[in-house]
Amino acid sequence: MELDNVMLARLLTTTTLAFHIIFATIGVGVPVMISIAEYIGIKRKDPHYLLLARRWTRGFVVTVAVGVVTGTCIGLQLSLLWPSFMKIAGQIISLPLFLETFAFFFEAIFLGIYLYTWDRFKKPLYHWLLSIPVIIGSSASAFFITTVNAFMNTPQGFQLENGVITAIDPIQAMFNPATPSKVLHVLTSAYLASALILGMIAAFQLLLGRTGEYYKKSLKLTMVCGFVFAFLTAVAGDISAKFLAKHQPEKLAAGEWHFETEKGADLLLYGILDENNEVKYAIRLPNMLSFLSFSDFNAEVKGLNEFPEDERPPVWIHYMFDIMVTIGIYTVVVPFLYLIFDKLKAFNPHSKWLLWSIVLGGPLSLIAIEVGWIFAEVGRQPWILRGYMKVAEGATTADNVGLMFLLFIALYIVLGVVCSIVLVKMFKNKPAEVELEYRFNK
Amino acid sequence: MEIQLVGITVLWLFLYGYLIVASIDFGAGFFAYYGKLTKQDHLINHLISRYLSPVWEVTNVFFVFFFVGLVGFFPDTAYYYGTALLIPGSVALVLLTIRGSFYAFSNYGSRENKLYLFLYGASGLLIPASLSTVLTISEGGFIEKRGDEIVFLADRLLTSPYSWSVVFLAIVSVLFISASFLTYYADRADDKPALEIVRKFALFWSSPTIIASLLVFIALHEHNVAHFEKMLNYWWMFGFSLICFLVASGLIYFRKRYGTAFIFVMLQFFFAFFGYGVSHLPYILDPYVTIYSAYTNETMGITLVVAFIAGLCLLIPSLILLMKLFLFDADYVKGKK
Repeated sequence: MELDNVMLARLLTTTTLAFHIIFATIGVGVPVMISIAEYIGIKRKDPHYLLLARRWTRGFVVTVAVGVVTGTCIGLQLSLLWPSFMKIAGQIISLPLFLETFAFFFEAIFLGIYLYTWDRFKKPLYHWLLSIPVIIGSSASAFFITTVNAFMNTPQGFQLENGVITAIDPIQAMFNPATPSKVLHVLTSAYLASALILGMIAAFQLLLGRTGEYYKKSLKLTMVCGFVFAFLTAVAGDISAKFLAKHQPEKLAAGEWHFETEKGADLLLYGILDENNEVKYAIRLPNMLSFLSFSDFNAEVKGLNEFPEDERPPVWIHYMFDIMVTIGIYTVVVPFLYLIFDKLKAFNPHSKWLLWSIVLGGPLSLIAIEVGWIFAEVGRQPWILRGYMKVAEGATTADNVGLMFLLFIALYIVLGVVCSIVLVKMFKNKPAEVELEYRFNK
Repeated sequence: MEIQLVGITVLWLFLYGYLIVASIDFGAGFFAYYGKLTKQDHLINHLISRYLSPVWEVTNVFFVFFFVGLVGFFPDTAYYYGTALLIPGSVALVLLTIRGSFYAFSNYGSRENKLYLFLYGASGLLIPASLSTVLTISEGGFIEKRGDEIVFLADRLLTSPYSWSVVFLAIVSVLFISASFLTYYADRADDKPALEIVRKFALFWSSPTIIASLLVFIALHEHNVAHFEKMLNYWWMFGFSLICFLVASGLIYFRKRYGTAFIFVMLQFFFAFFGYGVSHLPYILDPYVTIYSAYTNETMGITLVVAFIAGLCLLIPSLILLMKLFLFDADYVKGKK
């Protein structure tokens, strides 16, 4: 690996985004959970759920802050690290980027109001209503920014002649073929990951021996939501695979180590690839790739060899795909088990091993988000604008990119560590039982 | 009006908005830390956090808005400024990141942590300094095009008297704007001890603001005569600015109508900022980028203007609601809610 400007710019962008999406995911998903909890609390007049909403919100604010500042970083880094790309693509993607800041603005305003008006309204439902614009804002900004990424995967709505862009159609560019599947997958997986992270906290408290109703209700709520979102994420994943087969076959082929075009293609799970591109130790599901791609066991799936060598993505993305899918299955199974156990009464839904599996679901779902994103991004290499501009043509020519890379790594380490300390401290010294008592006299 | 002019005017308006709200924010952070150092924090810090807590995120958006809009309307700026500003831009980003996150850490997390408050307060003065260098660079002379390469002459920027006068102006303006706002806010809150302190801050920082403005004029004459002469064509705007300044500091000095005083501070900077901006035209980066050469595709330009208007219809009522709840609600300001 040569550490030239292109590589360094890629590394720095990766670092910023990898750090940002942890907080962005929480930022998109947690408001939904907060809103659901507050609504149940108001409807059932149950202080447990109201407290849940409050405590989640308090932790949420700290993560939002980090999400906001790292989002600002990536926003500016687009121009700082990829000036040539922005000069061309900026003419087309500026609309969704712009709309994203509007959505973000909207969210910022109502989050501020939501945070400081808990007891200001006579009807608690009015306060709950404020959570709706927060959700609209955060999910809309995820929507708009995802359309930008979708555009980079399947660019359309313009013509490029000798470096000059003409015949722009901003709406067509925004609603490109990749947009529906990507948006759906991003939103559902963010909701899922957030539900599981909050579930992780509840399960961990129960493991610590705090057996109050508060924690049990929290666990049940997050598991019900987790199961629904996990199911939706799986559906979104299937739609994404079908999209890839049709519009970006090289990404799917590289991810599935599918080299020769054939009918009735097999799906590969796990395994390794040796130097001669021979697949070893993989589990082969006959004809499943064809079925996954086109809902037809005998459909023809394009192989990687069909593409010129310098336009193929690296084949290691297969491992990313495997990890993502495996965790995806895990996130369906664990909440499902919990719900079955909870319903049947014959088994204990708070048994140690199940609680530990739920705890594990939190970090796992974030890992799935990271690897899924790496799969999607590296899968369109070597393009920055698929079919139009290669990554190497977009990077900055300025010196010192390496130095900036180190600077930002240091920054993110500090932020990550301090943020974790602050979050743990916030709740450790203030257990829910104590707060319940002084806030609701329970 | 040409669409390019509409675009840059709207963007300039947003930058002005950022200038005001961010100054209040940056200055308040510094005063909060200064208050802690001089053990006056029990008098003023609750006032500061009462105002800042609900709005800090909104402040940040103004900035994001400006640069996304600039790159959208004038994509060439991304190419020139993006290439040239890698280091100063990254440093500004790191400062903004530290400030934003440590604000949240110290306000929602551990209130007593002095280090968090220091990082938050100190970065508040460094950010205006680093951001203002972009305005300096826009005057030309610090970026050179050599063939296909864009080169940023950092050493020339660091040794330029003009650059330093702008930095000086940025810092003292931040402190003046912030202090005069806090004076108004303390008065609304009926908080006499806090009012005494922040009013002193406002008076203290008023004269350096005017001195710094004059310095910038003189230094600009040395650095970019053409721009200086164009500014003279708009002398009346700077005259208005000076009058507004005198009215504002007079009101604060005589302890009268602090709200009106703050509006005059806003007008002071409005005239100065727009006088500077209009005389800078058509250049965005002298002499390489003008609002005409950098203008995006016509279709996109129109679409962006439409998006602007639609967005503002959503934003303005929301902002009014925010201000009604936290700025003009006397009970909230007084701490009763």
